[in-house]
Amino acid sequence: MDFLTLFVVVPVLTIFAIVFTKNMKQTRLVSAIGMGVQLILAIALVFMYLAEREAGNTAEMVFSHSYVWFESLNIQYIIGVDGISVAMILLAAIVVLTGIFASWQVDFLPREFFISLIFLSAGVFGFFISLDLFTMFLFYEVAVIPMYLLIGIWGTGPKEYSAMKLTLMLMGASALLLVGLLGIYFNSNAGGGDLTFNILEIAKVNIPMSAQRMFFPMTFIGFGVLGALFPFHTWSPDGHASAPTAVSMLHAGVLMKLGGYGAFRVAMYLMPDAAQEMAWIFLILTGISVVYGAFGAIFQKDLKYINAYSSVSHCGLVLFAILMMNKTALNGAILQMISHGLMTALFFALIGMIYGRTHTRMINQLGGLMKIMPVLSVSYVIAGLASLGLPGLSGFIAEMTIFFGAFQHPDVFHRVLTITAAASIVITAVYILRVVGQILYGPVTNEHYLKLDDAHWYERVSTGVLIVAIAGIGIAPLWLSDMINDSLNPIVHQLMQAIVK
Amino acid sequence: MLSEIPLSYFLVVSTLMFFIGIYGFLTRKNLITILMAVELILNSVNINFVAFNRYLFPNQLEGHFFSLFIIAVAAAEAAVAIAIIISVYRRYSNIDVERVDTMKY
Amino acid sequence: MIDFSYTVLILLIPLFMFLLIGLTSGKMKPALSGYIGTLAMSVVTLLSYYTAYQYFFNRPAGTEIFEKIVPFHTVWVHFTDTLYVDLGVLLDPISVMMLVVITTVSLMVHIYSIGYMHGEKGYSRFYAFLSLFSFSMLGLVVATNIFQMYMFWELVGVSSYLLISFYYEKPTAVSAGKKAFIVTRFADLGFLIGILILSYISGTFNFVELTDPQGALITQGTSLTFMGISALTWALTLIFMGGAGKSAMFPLHIWLPDAMEGPTPVSALIHAATMVVAGVYLVARLFPIYYFVVPDALTIVAYVGGFTSLFAAVIACTQTDIKRVLAFSTMSQIGYMMLALGVSGYGGEHGLGYMASMFHLFTHAMFKALLFLGAGAIIHAVHTNDMNHMGGLRKYLPITHITFLIATLTISGMPPFSAYFSKDEILVAAFEHDKFLFFIEYAVSGITAFYMFRLYFNVFWGKSTHYHHTPHESPLTMTVPLMILAVASMFTGFIPFNDLVTSNGAAFELHTDWSVAIPSVAIGLVGIAVAWIFYKKQSAIPDKLAVTFKYPYKWSFNKFYIDEVYLFVTKKIIFNRISAPVAWFDRHVVDASMNGISWVTNAISDQIKGLQSGQLQKYGFVFVSGVLILTFAFVYFLFN
Repeated sequence: MDFLTLFVVVPVLTIFAIVFTKNMKQTRLVSAIGMGVQLILAIALVFMYLAEREAGNTAEMVFSHSYVWFESLNIQYIIGVDGISVAMILLAAIVVLTGIFASWQVDFLPREFFISLIFLSAGVFGFFISLDLFTMFLFYEVAVIPMYLLIGIWGTGPKEYSAMKLTLMLMGASALLLVGLLGIYFNSNAGGGDLTFNILEIAKVNIPMSAQRMFFPMTFIGFGVLGALFPFHTWSPDGHASAPTAVSMLHAGVLMKLGGYGAFRVAMYLMPDAAQEMAWIFLILTGISVVYGAFGAIFQKDLKYINAYSSVSHCGLVLFAILMMNKTALNGAILQMISHGLMTALFFALIGMIYGRTHTRMINQLGGLMKIMPVLSVSYVIAGLASLGLPGLSGFIAEMTIFFGAFQHPDVFHRVLTITAAASIVITAVYILRVVGQILYGPVTNEHYLKLDDAHWYERVSTGVLIVAIAGIGIAPLWLSDMINDSLNPIVHQLMQAIVK
Repeated sequence: MLSEIPLSYFLVVSTLMFFIGIYGFLTRKNLITILMAVELILNSVNINFVAFNRYLFPNQLEGHFFSLFIIAVAAAEAAVAIAIIISVYRRYSNIDVERVDTMKY
Repeated sequence: MIDFSYTVLILLIPLFMFLLIGLTSGKMKPALSGYIGTLAMSVVTLLSYYTAYQYFFNRPAGTEIFEKIVPFHTVWVHFTDTLYVDLGVLLDPISVMMLVVITTVSLMVHIYSIGYMHGEKGYSRFYAFLSLFSFSMLGLVVATNIFQMYMFWELVGVSSYLLISFYYEKPTAVSAGKKAFIVTRFADLGFLIGILILSYISGTFNFVELTDPQGALITQGTSLTFMGISALTWALTLIFMGGAGKSAMFPLHIWLPDAMEGPTPVSALIHAATMVVAGVYLVARLFPIYYFVVPDALTIVAYVGGFTSLFAAVIACTQTDIKRVLAFSTMSQIGYMMLALGVSGYGGEHGLGYMASMFHLFTHAMFKALLFLGAGAIIHAVHTNDMNHMGGLRKYLPITHITFLIATLTISGMPPFSAYFSKDEILVAAFEHDKFLFFIEYAVSGITAFYMFRLYFNVFWGKSTHYHHTPHESPLTMTVPLMILAVASMFTGFIPFNDLVTSNGAAFELHTDWSVAIPSVAIGLVGIAVAWIFYKKQSAIPDKLAVTFKYPYKWSFNKFYIDEVYLFVTKKIIFNRISAPVAWFDRHVVDASMNGISWVTNAISDQIKGLQSGQLQKYGFVFVSGVLILTFAFVYFLFN
């Protein structure tokens, strides 16, 4: 078996192991071990990848393998990674593991909970390693479906409504996506030869412009819905608000990244001409996302809603940068995905921990937590500072790369839009500081809170790992940025050719 | 002698029986009567089978076998149906077909 | 060539101390964190002094001017193939001077806080933040490129936020920190956009390349325009906006008075001596570009500086919170520095304003830190900020009194104290360049003398107030820094800045212009005399004046209602008129349309669900009719 398939096999084995556990303690231990192994594999993958590149392997994708599994339609299980997917896999592994630790105390149907969670993560990993459109889509669905159960069963508040809304909107998007992918498939023999789902093969083919015009928006919106593209983002606030902690973490931290990743790996890479032509429409939409999400967040009172809107703004920036279509901006987009994944996961973990203690998420009911739970509060401040782009934490480098990349665009329209998007950092500061000032600082609002305890060891592991990752990227971004940069060449090359045409 | 009676006579009878059965099936409220109507329909088909067999393919026996089969199945069916009707009666204290509408939207 | 690579330690030691104290806080004895923090800071201070000595007095023989030296740099991240960010250390006269200023004041504040913060909750947190701030500020001044400067610029902003909100249980402190951060953040947006434009035009972040008078940017400029104005003018005006935010220039000044909610040593370090002059430093750093390429932006700098100095001085006359008076005086003095840069030329004697600005920055750091630390000692003794509740303190606090008097005389521009020299040079530079600004500054020095002596007399003389417990002099850890800074305030005026810190690194001759110096001392004396008459003994004159000039007094007392304007803009417009509608729109239009889709689906299914009635006979009827219709249709179409 090849190395990459392990990323799908390990979660599946973990699920089998969980089936045989007897109680919550065993279940969570097994899950933690399984996902710990997964994280180790992910770190190993980073080193292996860097070593491979060091050794002079300049192939677009490394460690790749392919197996045909449905011959008549030429569907293959093709896997392979470049620097971007390696980075995304690392992100996913970190978030999944910390998610397990954040849900250490799930006592209602723990086995089923962890099984769904890990099943979801298997879908995510599969998505990032696959290079075949159909296989990719399959894993995408695998990642989306367990969400319904996880929110519907273990959620809070109007959970059925939220679960239904989230699933239906994402399903609607994947219907659109499926049509888009099939459209690509049936045009993949434009240069003669067989129809294929293989991304690398299709990239060599010029899909006819008329087909691109039709299928680019479908694919882009299909992935964009998952990436919270305005105006299809409204599943996000409700979904997050009802989801249990680990699900919010995984969803905002990793699943929303599937959208951004797919949007450029499939939509932009395979249909660059239409992308060039239609980018302005989506640029305006994402520009709206960025500013609108930030303004929306100012007014919210529920911590999870605030972060959901903040995610709309930050993920909007990802799509925004992708559409700028130059190397720096694309690099920034990937960095922003990773940075946002880590910091939103941290946010949702902390919100879950605070909610678990105070049983409220309303900011006007909370206050003075710094005094009661200093560790959690300091972590929250760090997450907030990362979110508003403090140098030394990951958010800063990601946003700056995006802004400086986007500003290199020769067109004035794009530069003005960049400045507009940059203005969101001020608004971000407003809502972050408002929350920090309200819930962490100030006098203690409820004397029951005085009896609450600070973070337990598993919570410290969860937040600690995320903080270290955030600070690590923020302080030394060079290796990551270079790793991504090298892998962007083929995509940028495609887009440049489209400009020349 | 039999050959003097044209096939269409049999068909008219069976058609009448069939539609009487349909009519009974659609209008009667009593489940037992409905079951009887269903038997009428089945028997009208039997007549057709036998008549067609006799007039069109006198050398073959498939039509007869089919009607025998249908008779057997109808007997089994009547048994099952009556069992269901008894359960319905136990549950609703009558066997009015309009009361049995649990399977709606 | 002297090896300066050790200067990187000046940055690393405070960073390490931040991590050490921050991570062990709660486990280590609080007092210990204070001591090791102070010890580390004194090492850094010594290193800075050594660097300054090496740089200024040990330069290689034969060099006429002070070169820019980059002893250490490393690539932090690549943006494009040509545009990359370095982290490094740049030594030139102003950065070395700033190293001395920052480490000196920071060390004084470290020592002082051992006494001042004694027994406070969060003592080690305080020292951790101080180290973080020192690290960020030092990183800011030695930045080799404008992006590094921006990074550290943000970091000082956050340190400032954390320290203003240090007493986090006090709502006023929390909102003051928030306000400071958001206002400066808004200004920083201008800075960021400025950098975006500047780097787009020049393709580099590097200061050495950017500010080289023979470099591509300055000699070629740019043909890009936006809305009819050169892109470079936009860029540098926006960068100045960032500087104005940090340096509390009108109209971005509103955060500074509120920032006084933080512990007093912090006000001395961050909001008087170091961080708030970052804006001045920024303009000085980019001065060649301002001077050669965008003189319009430089005029803006001069007028904003001039206006702020007058505006703040007028407000300072009516405030009663002693820290706020000092805050407004800080704004006023920084206005001086900005103005001096704005009226300066480049090179040799033309660069008088530049030199004067840096000179004043240096002396101001010393005497303003002294004033704040003195105010801290007073507050420590009487537990109030309000000067109406003070009086006659000279009996109780002899050392504080003497040092405070020295500082007050210094800021009033009395010879031979340091600010006399630096302020005099500023006035000369303004006089040569722009008479209007000169008269403003001339008036401001009189007002400054007045309000500072108003403060002085109110606190140390006048009515002797009844105190709950007799005020007593502060411990040695607090008075020793006062004395050291007092000495510095007295004698730093004799440092030959014209030989050391000049616009192009070359020394020039300085002449004393008596026609400016004598009137400026005279107006200072007038200000002192007026204050003497009004406030030495309790007198009814101030109250009478306040009644006579009711409206001017009220406006000044309420800081010209600028805060209210901001509150209106943020609360009424941004929150209620933008944010609330956005939230409403999202819920009731965007989300509702999504829900609408599902509602339509639901409604349709509701309409057609009646078909599934559960009535067996209905199904049968439909079925049979269907079959019949199909049959007839089939027969009809087949046979026709």
